[in-house]
Amino acid sequence: MSLFLRDYLTVVWFGLAAVLLAGLLLGLAAAVRPSHPNREKQMAYESGVDPVGMGWSQSQIRYYVFALLFVIFDVEAVFIFPWAANIERYGVFGLVVMVAFIVLLLDGLVYAWKRGLLRWV
Amino acid sequence: MYSLAIEIPYWGQSLLRVLGGLVAVLLPAGTIVYVFLFKMMSFMQSRLGPMEAGPYGSLQLIAEVGKWLQKEDIAPEKADVRIFKMAPIIVLLSTFLLVVVVPFGPDAYFTDFSVGIFYALAVGSVSVIGILVAGWASANKYSLLGGLRAAGQLIAYELPMVLAVVGVVIQAGSMNLQDIVVAQNTGQIFGWGGLGNPYVITQFVGFVIFMIAVQAELTQAPFDMPIAESELVSGYMTEYSGFRFLMFFIGEFATAGVFAFIASVLFLGGWGVPFGWFGWESLDQVSNWMNIGGPLIMFTKMMVLTFIIMWVRFSYPRFREDQLQRFAWKVLIPVSLANIVVTAILKVAF
Repeated sequence: MSLFLRDYLTVVWFGLAAVLLAGLLLGLAAAVRPSHPNREKQMAYESGVDPVGMGWSQSQIRYYVFALLFVIFDVEAVFIFPWAANIERYGVFGLVVMVAFIVLLLDGLVYAWKRGLLRWV
Repeated sequence: MYSLAIEIPYWGQSLLRVLGGLVAVLLPAGTIVYVFLFKMMSFMQSRLGPMEAGPYGSLQLIAEVGKWLQKEDIAPEKADVRIFKMAPIIVLLSTFLLVVVVPFGPDAYFTDFSVGIFYALAVGSVSVIGILVAGWASANKYSLLGGLRAAGQLIAYELPMVLAVVGVVIQAGSMNLQDIVVAQNTGQIFGWGGLGNPYVITQFVGFVIFMIAVQAELTQAPFDMPIAESELVSGYMTEYSGFRFLMFFIGEFATAGVFAFIASVLFLGGWGVPFGWFGWESLDQVSNWMNIGGPLIMFTKMMVLTFIIMWVRFSYPRFREDQLQRFAWKVLIPVSLANIVVTAILKVAF
């Protein structure tokens, strides 16, 4: 196996180690702790009073605009990184192109700003 | 350089790495909790903190773990039990996946990805899934609100963090964390190499943005809206009890340690000392002693950075949700984009 893939195999080992550690500790806790569930204990916590309605209540999600903007800028970051690592190879040409790219995306942010989308309703 | 690889078979190496990873995750977490959360916070509030268990309360953590182990594990009746129980494991998992990239010495690293920092930024956001899942599966209004707030906050501050790192990548010309360490320690500031070129000096704006974003990603005050105890009881952790709660807690402080490790690699020169001090020119000439000294240097830098994180945490009141989003989108992102452009122009010009 190549060194490249071995590095990623190490990631798998670390993931397994984390799950194993969690399992070990939880198993130990399961062996030690008491377990006497009753209805009062298992009620959803609402500061002492009985819960009203469902826990999965509807709430206004104001984040969807932020989520969309996030995707745009995250994709931008994906394009910026390869250029950033090789900036000297691309020289002035790369610089001009990338600055134009960043300004265009910044323009999108300014547009969202002017439309009032970044304001908390 | 690869003497280690020849002597030990692959399974032995992997075992050593995993054990090293366990130390690299749990040791910082324990130290941060004891030194900063127990002791420093107490002293800042004119009290002594834990004093009973062990000298100066140093065994308090072990006593706490012993206590948590005996606590009943309660799941709310309407909860999505399987996912509810999985969530803390996901948070802990993301910490372990994150520590994989941190180099602790010339040979003392777990992996040597050529796109190391990119991997770190990608894996760092896995914990968001754990938190969102915890908030949703609890079937509790406080938890749901806390989980949604956490998701909104973490994606908003993910961007400044990613964009702040670009400045470092531009200066180092590589995304490999080992290369970034070498570039800082062999670098020069205006032809003077006495300190190398730690990017905390030449990328100061990026450093500040990165530390603010780390503070928010860790949901430490003043960015602790998701667990705001005066409004949401304990946010997404409200329904958790016993050891699963402790796992969120361990995950939080272990991640603080790992992010401090990554910040010290990116901005403070990582495990290295300025190579000029000992006449080293490149990575191959670095003394093998740095495999022992490197982790100690990293640990010191980690303590300094987490000290700053905790200091801010204990000193400032929390933001309001709208202020928090406004700060990320209207201040940090434009400033970090400007930082990229300025850094790139200077790099190409000189």
